[in-house]
Amino acid sequence: MFNTYRRGLFITAFLAAPVTLYLVYVISPYIQAFYIATTDWRGVSATPNFIGLDNFVRLFSDGIFWKAVTHNAALLVLLPLFTIVIALFFAFLLNVGSGGRGVAGVPGSKVYRVVFFFPQVLAVTVVAVLFQQVFRPDDSGMLNGPLMALGLSPISFLSDPGIAFWSVLGVMVWQAVGFYVVLFSAGLASIPRDMFEAAAIDGAGRVSLFFRITLPLLWDTVQVAWVYLGILALDVFAIVWVMTDQQGGPDYSTTVMATEIYRNAFEYFRFGYASALGVVMFFFTIGFAILSLRLSRRERIEY
Amino acid sequence: MSNTPHITRRGLLRAAALAPVAGALAACATPAQQAPAASAAPAATSASNPFGVVANKPLEIWIFDGGFGNAYATDIHQPLFKTKYPQVEIKHNSTKEITKVLQPRFAGGNPPEVIDNSGANAMDMGALAQDGQLQDLTPLLDAPSWDDPNTKVRDILDPAVAEFGTYDGKFSVLGYVNYIHGIWYSQKVFRDNGWAVPKTWDEFLALCETIKKSGKMAPFTYAGKHPQYLYEPLLTMAAKIGGNEVLVNIDNLEDGAWSAEPVKQAAEAWAEVGAKYLMQGTTGLDHVQTQTAQNKYQVAMLPSGSWLENEQKDTTPDDFEYGMFAIPDFTASDKMPYGTLHTQPGESFIVSAKSANPQAGMEYLRAMLSKKAAGDFSELVRTVSVVKGAGEGRDLTPGAKSATEALTAAGANTVYYRWRTWYAQLHDEAVAATGQLMSGGVTPAKYVERLQKKADEIKNDSAIKKYTR
Repeated sequence: MFNTYRRGLFITAFLAAPVTLYLVYVISPYIQAFYIATTDWRGVSATPNFIGLDNFVRLFSDGIFWKAVTHNAALLVLLPLFTIVIALFFAFLLNVGSGGRGVAGVPGSKVYRVVFFFPQVLAVTVVAVLFQQVFRPDDSGMLNGPLMALGLSPISFLSDPGIAFWSVLGVMVWQAVGFYVVLFSAGLASIPRDMFEAAAIDGAGRVSLFFRITLPLLWDTVQVAWVYLGILALDVFAIVWVMTDQQGGPDYSTTVMATEIYRNAFEYFRFGYASALGVVMFFFTIGFAILSLRLSRRERIEY
Repeated sequence: MSNTPHITRRGLLRAAALAPVAGALAACATPAQQAPAASAAPAATSASNPFGVVANKPLEIWIFDGGFGNAYATDIHQPLFKTKYPQVEIKHNSTKEITKVLQPRFAGGNPPEVIDNSGANAMDMGALAQDGQLQDLTPLLDAPSWDDPNTKVRDILDPAVAEFGTYDGKFSVLGYVNYIHGIWYSQKVFRDNGWAVPKTWDEFLALCETIKKSGKMAPFTYAGKHPQYLYEPLLTMAAKIGGNEVLVNIDNLEDGAWSAEPVKQAAEAWAEVGAKYLMQGTTGLDHVQTQTAQNKYQVAMLPSGSWLENEQKDTTPDDFEYGMFAIPDFTASDKMPYGTLHTQPGESFIVSAKSANPQAGMEYLRAMLSKKAAGDFSELVRTVSVVKGAGEGRDLTPGAKSATEALTAAGANTVYYRWRTWYAQLHDEAVAATGQLMSGGVTPAKYVERLQKKADEIKNDSAIKKYTR
């Protein structure tokens, strides 16, 4: 009895500080955002006026915001898809991919594993600025320089509204892949080797090894990756804000929810409206989290 | 009893899913209501101390650390102020992020006295005015000037300053620099190649063709990433074609202001330049990159303002010799004559109405408007100030000289627009649409239609405060 009490006290003592911090810096801003969303606050006044649900009504006819939502939705599907496919492919090659006997990666796999992780180490802002240079439309651009040297016309990676979105997606995939290669490698390491060896002895080639052994046994890890990448797709901000022309342009072709929230708050000084957008984004993200947790409920495989 | 805590995969996922949402919302915080600091009673006023500055009350100053730096404040303005008020402690600060640093101060009720509210991260003047945060500077206009007790400050300023700084009928923003817009080129390049400054649009197009054929450089560029650099000459041209009321109508959100014929003609003219004479890659380059290309003699002309020369001082070759010319005549029947210029007071200084010492703030601005302060400033940062004649007898650089001469030649034929600062949403739409116009994504007809639609939307939105001029 006394032990239970002691234990409770012990746990409480440890939890008090983080829970307080969480309440003050996470929960209370949430609640405040819900309140600000119902006002016309412009950021400088000490007494905002209550305007009910006007901001939410306005939001429904805000074409730019809904354009941003479709971009987030597209990223939600495409970012995990591309990243996981590429990362699985690399992880497979690095761990099981050697054509010869035994279970090993392609030659030099130790080096590649480190190289793939490099982009993950860079700050998002650094990546964004870096890719501005990579995508430069003149002959100093890393991609356009060789193209122009070959006599081809340069591609407007960031300044053509039809291409810019794909450039953003490409950079996000580039940065994310390394981490998931490592994640999937760890997953692969936990699969008993004899399974691969047994399959190999039975005559399975690389393709059937991948689809019949690797993928099914990694399914849990793939789902985790899917949820992480989904969240990344929903709250993407810095890449778009720093890298794209006119912060989400050209012509709003790359804008996302977070950039529209920022724009409304810190450029139009419509903090009330921006908070309303934030509330909508909150429900989208929560909705995605609940949905993905429901869908990923599944039996674990015990080896 | 061995009940070790167990973190499930789902639990971990749930926590991971929630963390970023929190980040997105945590940025906002409700304003704290606070009684404004009670301003101490001002000292007695006199001709030499017209606002009643208290001799020992501190004065806090925030300078936007942009193209002009902030040395002009510490080396020119503050020493001058100190000569008269040695006991006032000046707290000098500078930042590139005016909004981030100062907006919380306003929301918290203790803003600083003087703010150079400029740059890309400036606070929204409309929001500040709407909330009564801007000190009424009318007494400053009517006060005697720093140099001569018999001349009012109003009389030594460019008249556009008072007009531009007026919000809700009160003069509350002091533009300190006179920005003069035009097409910039290298006088040396034009002289060496025998190219003449074009006076008509046909001459301009012919010049573009000549430069293109010469193969020496591209004819024209603009900051493609920031198409506001191009809607500026487009609108100035529209005003030249249809008269000043074209811009007044746009500012006042009049019905059909954007779809008016002069705007459409100007859009067609510039779309042709966009289609034929742009430097390769223009749409993806920013102002620094295009201006540097001009310094490297890769392109002949670009639209910009009188800050250009100072901004480019590190990359400009010594014999480059910046020059500026006004928008050429579109046809012989233009409503406004050749030489019409778009000028606009910039580098906006405000005094916070709810600060502790607004009197000293206004006195600081009065010191800035002295002939010595304004003249030293012009020389230091290579630009034109709003104080009349402050550049006289000063040793100006070629670009500043060229801009000053163009301004003199324009006389009363100057135009400006204000919708850019009044309606930020309309500005963003114009930026997006102008970029599309120049790269052929929209036709000129669609361009004006699109902007008209946005202007109408703003007009019908009761939540957006309206201004008129």
